Amino acid sequence: MTKSELILRLAERNPHLYQRDVERIVATVFDEISAALARGQRVELRGFGAFSVKRRDARQGRNPRTGETVAVTSKRIPFFKTGKQLRDRLNEKAS
Amino acid sequence: MNQTELIASVAKKTGFSAKDAKSAVQAVLSAVEDSLTKGKGVRTTLGTFGVGKRGARKGRNPKTGEPITIKASKTVRFKASKTIKDKINKR
Repeated sequence: MTKSELILRLAERNPHLYQRDVERIVATVFDEISAALARGQRVELRGFGAFSVKRRDARQGRNPRTGETVAVTSKRIPFFKTGKQLRDRLNEKAS
Repeated sequence: MNQTELIASVAKKTGFSAKDAKSAVQAVLSAVEDSLTKGKGVRTTLGTFGVGKRGARKGRNPKTGEPITIKASKTVRFKASKTIKDKINKR
C-alpha cells in the first residue's frame, strides 16, 4: 500500500471528509513524527509502536568495489519498535 | 512525544479541532495496522512498514533450563526513507 492508497482508503471510510483534507492529515501526521525525530525526540504511539533515534558511531568502512578504506562519519538513524498490541494483532492473539 | 502531543500538533498544523484531529490520527494509524495485519506493507513518507516472519526455533526456559519450542511469529519491519534519514542528519 502506498501513501496514495492509504489516502483513498481513509477517504472511503470517512465520507464526511474532503479528499484534500485526508491528504493533508496523512501528510501532517508523518511530517510531525519526522519533525519530532529531527529534534531528537522519541515518538511513542501506544499500541502502535515507538519511533526513536539511534546513533551510529563513526567507523572505518571499505569501498566494496576498490577495497580502499574510507572514513564513515557518525550518523543518526530512525528506529521503530513495534507496540505490543500491534505485535499481538499480527500474531492473531486477542488484543 | 506521545499520541496526545502528536494529535495536538496535527490539530495546530491543519486547523482541525482537537476532537477531529484525534480521530484523524487514530484513523491513519489503524489503517496502517489493518494493512499490516493483512500482511501488506505500507509505504509512507516516513519509511516503509512491512511484515517480517520469524521462524519457529528452540529456546530454553532460562529459569528451569528446560528446552521449549518458540512458535513462528510475525513482526513489523520498518525501513526509514532517505528523506527522513537526511532530515535527522540535517543534510
